Amino acid sequence: MQVKTAAAPAPTRFDHWLVPAVIFLGLMLSLIEAARSPDPRMVAQAWIFGTSLAAMAAWYMWRYVGRTPQDETQHYADAVVKAGVGASMFWGVGGMLVGVIIALQLSFPSLFYFPDLAWTNFGRMRPLHTSAVIFAFGGNVLIATSFYVVQRTCRARLWGGSLSWFVFWGYNIFIVLAGTGYLLGVSQSREYAEPEWYADIWLTIVWVCYLLTFLGTLWKRKEPHIYVANWFYLAFIVTIAVLHLVNNMAVPVSWLETKSYSLFSGVQDALTQWWYGHNAVGFFLTAGFLGIMYYFIPKRAERPVYSYRLSILHFWSLIFIYIWAGPHHLLYTALPEWAQTLGMTFSIMLWMPSWGGMINGMMTLSGAWDKLRTDPVLRMMVVSVAFYGMATFEGPAMSVKAVNALSHYTNWTIGHVHSGALGWVAYISFGAIYCLVPWLWKKKLYSNALVEWHFWLSTLGIVLYITSMWVAGIMQGLMWRAYNEFGFLEYAFSEVVQAQHPYYIIRALGGMLFLAGTLVMVFNLWKTIRSGAPVTAAQPAQALAAGAAE
Amino acid sequence: MSHAWLEKNSMLLLIGIIIVIAIGGAVEIAPLFWVGGTVEKVAGMRPYTPLELEGRNIYVREGCYVCHSQQIRTLRDEVERYGHYSLAAESMYDHPFQWGSERTGPDLARVGGKYSDDWHRAHMADPRAVVPESIMPPYKFLFETPLDYRDVKKLLVANQDVGVPYSADQVAHAKEDLEAQADPNAEDVSDFKKRYAKAQVRDFDGDPDHITEGDALIAYLQMLGTLVDFKSYQADAPGHRR
Repeated sequence: MQVKTAAAPAPTRFDHWLVPAVIFLGLMLSLIEAARSPDPRMVAQAWIFGTSLAAMAAWYMWRYVGRTPQDETQHYADAVVKAGVGASMFWGVGGMLVGVIIALQLSFPSLFYFPDLAWTNFGRMRPLHTSAVIFAFGGNVLIATSFYVVQRTCRARLWGGSLSWFVFWGYNIFIVLAGTGYLLGVSQSREYAEPEWYADIWLTIVWVCYLLTFLGTLWKRKEPHIYVANWFYLAFIVTIAVLHLVNNMAVPVSWLETKSYSLFSGVQDALTQWWYGHNAVGFFLTAGFLGIMYYFIPKRAERPVYSYRLSILHFWSLIFIYIWAGPHHLLYTALPEWAQTLGMTFSIMLWMPSWGGMINGMMTLSGAWDKLRTDPVLRMMVVSVAFYGMATFEGPAMSVKAVNALSHYTNWTIGHVHSGALGWVAYISFGAIYCLVPWLWKKKLYSNALVEWHFWLSTLGIVLYITSMWVAGIMQGLMWRAYNEFGFLEYAFSEVVQAQHPYYIIRALGGMLFLAGTLVMVFNLWKTIRSGAPVTAAQPAQALAAGAAE
Repeated sequence: MSHAWLEKNSMLLLIGIIIVIAIGGAVEIAPLFWVGGTVEKVAGMRPYTPLELEGRNIYVREGCYVCHSQQIRTLRDEVERYGHYSLAAESMYDHPFQWGSERTGPDLARVGGKYSDDWHRAHMADPRAVVPESIMPPYKFLFETPLDYRDVKKLLVANQDVGVPYSADQVAHAKEDLEAQADPNAEDVSDFKKRYAKAQVRDFDGDPDHITEGDALIAYLQMLGTLVDFKSYQADAPGHRR
């Protein structure tokens, strides 16, 4: 399997001039911005961007000037996957830590706010948390796993030479630019699309390279069929590109200022944003991670995917229906009634393809259920699919207008998001990384007992998190609409805030447990890489591409 | 057609995906831009004054939308708590919209005029000194930071570019208008008031010598939801029932 291909003299290494050219251009632009911009925020962002690019340039020269990296003599490009795994864990811990901090701010405002430090306020830290966990942690997991999976299932090396490295670096530079921007007070105020116009342009360039790397590898494939995991990865990459472009259309105040104004306004803007927002969930946090499920669960369980037909059915119906569900974020608002009803209807229909995927993942364990007893990594992934099933049942329920009247604007939404984010997205990611690290570094996992600890700590954390937010959210909704016997509203808003206090504390505790579990994982992976026993056998059995393509 | 076609040809798969995801957006979002009645016609809406626009930028910058909605739903308790349900027209000049998704704090769609400037100032500087149960962050620094309005004209021009009907006159006087609105001693504000109906002119932050970020933010908050005259608005008129 580990066929050594000779480092052929490659006359067509377009990446060796394209990547340096992009870095050079970016450096020049950031220097101009830093020198000319009258906007102190833009100057700070330009320096951050320029410094990051310079670091990338230094690394690129170290890697390529005068030598062929050892990794490029291997059959598969695994070094970039390793880097992605490292970045995932780094941002995962960072993003969860910020989450714990802002949960503590809502629990103990007098202790965790600092009147002289504007950047520590909840309004700036909350986008930092959401972007760090969704885009930094989740995004790096998706890039790393997709690079791993597409190579194995195509039996081909990543296309584009060092282009995959540009995707890795470029994406993480985007994350740094976005995160520091929020703290400086740079935001479009579009949820999950807060980065301003210049960061959006940079991400567009990176994303096009990502799509090209992925497609190029598909074109090189030695397997006749494209494996099902790749359908989901491809849908994720291309749909995110479309969503990103449409939702971020804006006119900058000037090329030297951070501030821009969105092209759309009011109702149209609201629906565009939630078409984006909901499909960031649908395609980033669902389709992408379903790609992970379709590769790593069959692989780990050593069973083929349960049903090929169900894969086809649920793939096409999922991506078709998801796109319509955005208006359920805008029920009873000034959005026209017909659009609200359409959004609600499709949200309910979405339950079916979601559960189709859940069943397909879960039933892949047919004949291997006993492994749940002995393999905590597989258990983590199966629990993640169970959480997926739960969250995708809860979501359609909450998009029913009568339910939404109660749940919207409350902490129930926060609880729902986290049952999906922690239970599904983080768990399937953890499972995949627990598989990947031993495979990539060819070491035996340091400790299964620590995986057990991670599993139980974080499961307890999730349970505390979502149950406290259910109670808090439903209570909030009921108190807001409560009337006294004289027909007046019973509670002042501040009384409802006060009633949330104990649940905010429980939620913070849940978050801390989840973070503690992640730290245990980092320790375990670190020990695996540093001192795990080497595995002499080659990679686990070859990709199960044939499993789906019956 | 066999699915193997798509499975064996990445470009067909790619095109298939794009077609399938385009349908929902095309049917659901695109019509909002031309279907009549998406945004009802109401009297009173006008673009933000330069000072209000600067205040709105601060609202966006600080991430207020993360905890405060600006969208009163058509539900009895919300209308009783916050006022008339929000109309589409009321956010027609909002680039981007600020409807929000959470009410960790109360809705602000009609907060204008509900509290005094003094209350806002004290509350933002130290929320728990005014509302003991509050979990809002402190914004004392807004009252210590001078408003940077060097580019206020460019803000109006950028808004024009995305379709806000600022007149040439309004753009030309952006800076004077901003200063006039925050100056309690301004000699002649009649031109400004002509350019922006119902605009409130006074020192908002209690410090008449400086125009601070606090001035701008309070000016913005104090006009929220005050433009449409609901005494003359007929919710049941055919054009308004959607």
